Amino acid sequence: MTVAVFFGCTFIAFGPAVALFVFTIARDPLRVIFLIAGAFFWLVSLLLSSLVWFITVQISNKNSATQQTGLLIFGVVLSVLLQEAFRYGYYRLLKKANEGLLALSQEDTMPISIRQLAYVSGLGFGFMSGAFSVVNILSDSLGPGTVGIHGDSQHYFISSAFMTLAIILLHMFWGVVFFESCERQRWWGLGAVVISHLVVSCVSFVNPHYQGSLIPTYIILSVMAAWAYLCAGGSLRNLKLCLTCKDKDFLLANHRPR
Amino acid sequence: MLKGLMFLCVLCSSVEQKIYVVLNETVPCVRLLNATHQIGCQSSISGDTGVLHVLETESDLDWILSSGPHPPYMVIMETAFFNRSVMMRMKNSSRVAGVAVIISKTGLADNFSPHTTCPNQNTGVYSESYGSDLANCNGTVWNPLGNGLSYEDFSFPVFALKDENQTQVLRKCYEDHNQRVNGSAPQYPLCAMQLFSHMHAVTDTVTCMRRTDLQNRFSINPEVLCDPLSDFNVWTSTRPLNNSAKGHAADESVVIAATRLDGRSFFWEQAPAAEGTVSGIVTLLATIQALYPVTQEAPPPRNIFFSFFQGEAFDYIGSSKMVYDMEKNDFVIDMNNVHSMLEIGQVGLRSGRSLWMHSDPVSRQNKSVDTEVSEEEGKLSLFSHALSRSQPLPPSSFQRFLRARRIPGLVLADHNTSFTNRYYESMYDDAENLNVTYPPGLTPDEQLVYETDAAKSLAEVATLVARSLYLQAGGEEKNLNNITADPKIVSHMTSTNTHTHTLTLTLSLSLSLSPSLSLSLSHTHRHMTSSHTPPVTRFVQYILANLTGTVTNLTESQCQNPSELSTENKDLFSYFWVSGPASVNGTREPFCVRASVRLSKAVSPAFELLEYGSRNYSTWTESRWKSIRARIFLVASRELEVMHILIKNLIVSMIFILIYNNACLSYFTPKRQNKLYTAFFFFLHI
Repeated sequence: MTVAVFFGCTFIAFGPAVALFVFTIARDPLRVIFLIAGAFFWLVSLLLSSLVWFITVQISNKNSATQQTGLLIFGVVLSVLLQEAFRYGYYRLLKKANEGLLALSQEDTMPISIRQLAYVSGLGFGFMSGAFSVVNILSDSLGPGTVGIHGDSQHYFISSAFMTLAIILLHMFWGVVFFESCERQRWWGLGAVVISHLVVSCVSFVNPHYQGSLIPTYIILSVMAAWAYLCAGGSLRNLKLCLTCKDKDFLLANHRPR
Repeated sequence: MLKGLMFLCVLCSSVEQKIYVVLNETVPCVRLLNATHQIGCQSSISGDTGVLHVLETESDLDWILSSGPHPPYMVIMETAFFNRSVMMRMKNSSRVAGVAVIISKTGLADNFSPHTTCPNQNTGVYSESYGSDLANCNGTVWNPLGNGLSYEDFSFPVFALKDENQTQVLRKCYEDHNQRVNGSAPQYPLCAMQLFSHMHAVTDTVTCMRRTDLQNRFSINPEVLCDPLSDFNVWTSTRPLNNSAKGHAADESVVIAATRLDGRSFFWEQAPAAEGTVSGIVTLLATIQALYPVTQEAPPPRNIFFSFFQGEAFDYIGSSKMVYDMEKNDFVIDMNNVHSMLEIGQVGLRSGRSLWMHSDPVSRQNKSVDTEVSEEEGKLSLFSHALSRSQPLPPSSFQRFLRARRIPGLVLADHNTSFTNRYYESMYDDAENLNVTYPPGLTPDEQLVYETDAAKSLAEVATLVARSLYLQAGGEEKNLNNITADPKIVSHMTSTNTHTHTLTLTLSLSLSLSPSLSLSLSHTHRHMTSSHTPPVTRFVQYILANLTGTVTNLTESQCQNPSELSTENKDLFSYFWVSGPASVNGTREPFCVRASVRLSKAVSPAFELLEYGSRNYSTWTESRWKSIRARIFLVASRELEVMHILIKNLIVSMIFILIYNNACLSYFTPKRQNKLYTAFFFFLHI
């Protein structure tokens, strides 16, 4: 639907994520590396789940609509479970890597904390997931036409973009909560992450009733955002001080020397 | 996951299929160039998009050209509006993105000829130096109903909608989204269409061939921009001629019987040309069928040379090439061998059962030529009428022969002054125009053998032509009664598929090189590069082989290399390996046919002489193109697009302001990198 929609949807979907990347990750090469590794892990999980799905589709009855819907739901659930499994695998890998990094580095302290790793890996997962969700749609939005000739809703592109935005941010928050839960051995936290991921994925089946899928997703997004903030050590007092820029001790203590 | 946004179907996961409906059957108008001009239609390289509007009434025309609020428009034109005045108004308007013409018989005007009023006026025989008072149709206007649309240059694409189902899809989209309600403008989203028909050649043949030559010389991957129109003439003779002996043939006096093989229309490869061309082809084929056995039993002194010229619509490509070869001594005969000529023009619409013989008054000023022509007329005068001495020749291949030498000749036609064909060189010159009608209730097999009135009429003409050719070649009158064209064969050759109203040539034998038994004559005018010959040339060749050839008992390898055998002569004959008729149990027994049918190359001499701006020869070329397709979709309003940008800017700005200005997050980044981030921030606002 022309270049305007293409750029609009791209920046809606990736804008905040790119901003976060630029301001918080791009300066530190170590973080960049872990981000890309996280993206790679997500990619591998997608590869496995798509392999399974492809095989099941080939051996299924292609003409039966109910079977295909069932297969789709099965595919989605499997993909979610595999992604979370790979997130756990990445966590274990990072724990091991951290010990090795500590041995190699010349400083006494860890160059990167597990909290930062959680954030970075979550963002990596989010980037790759967002890319696979929306790039196909964006390329079709460049042409002169918009969705609707077969009766579909016109808001396809923009709701896809908002959904992708939500997914990317959600992956980031899930990363933080997940790693925190693994550190503290709080298994119900893990379960909550998996279940909320499943809910967000399955709620997209009510599309094209976009309100039905976007609103629950954004509710879960805000809940997860709050939880991640609490996991990262924030509290209401911190929030007030942060937003009004009054916490001078914090600033002085953490300002990095040039 | 967004997988849920896919519908239930596993395979159609493409977003593109939600947006576009691709139209499968596209009939475009393409660009042709000659020495000085370009004609036809062109789209921009990424297609032309416009909001659909159906042109049914005059108010629709005003809406499209001046008052409609959503220009540019893609016009769906009803048949009645496809005329010169409307198309010229579209051409001059900037609010028209393209035109799709509905081709149907409902609303068709009484006449429609997109050709010019004076066909081939610059390459005929009449010029300033020869019959100047008859040149440029000063004497007779041959096609007065012609509106010249085929020779206009349009800067937007023009497609034809022949498929009724597809037209219905377009109408439905228009009615659902674009229809005006109580005179107010329709609301977005609107149905739009995009047509792709980008042509690579521009300006004229000289420019295009120069650029092609440059490409061929200097480019690693040369890109050819246009191709000269070229194909093959088909010829045969009652006595075989030695194909390897070029130049003057000793002791041969030849009577040429000729007709044209091609037609054209406004759109590409759509030229049924029933009255314009097929009537002539079928008549000449029936003539050959009637004449051939008698010429083998009682051969007349002179040879009879039958020729089908290709490309005559485009400044006499085939006939000019043959004359050129004859003059250059590069053909089996030369002009000295030619005794006289008889050409069959448009003979299908014989009202009152009369036929007209056209001759050239300027050459008849010469006494000897005059006597010869009068003799020829006498032989044909059974029910045909001679014309006055002041009337020029109609557009015909004979004119090119006259340019070379003043030989006696006649052109047979069903019209006296101007054409009786009201749909000359248009898509509507089909079987219905020729009055080919069957009584109701016949099966297709019965229709194949039913003798229609049109078939009987053409058979009569063929009989007349055959007998007079025999006499012209010096044959004896006593054999004349054996020469009769069989109406059954004529009706075989002109059986109509009543559902599609196209004229088909059908054969009783099936041939090894063609997959199907019947083929339409729709694309008769030319072909692109060397790859394939249009069906009609092949079919005339094979029908001639069927009618005039003999079956031999050679094997397949012998048939393909007959020079190895002493009894066979590759110079005198062509050999065809034919798959034979289908027998009862479906098997076919192939065999070898020997016939004196040959093809000769029909490309304008201008391209051999490299005179691309030639005034004497045809310089027509056809542009090349990459893709021709059409699709429809919905377009959203500008407001929706602007909203997208605003939302995007809003979100991005918020995030950036939050992150950038927030002192506590300077934990992550030092403040000194201001400039870089400012630049990035502004970039995102584009």
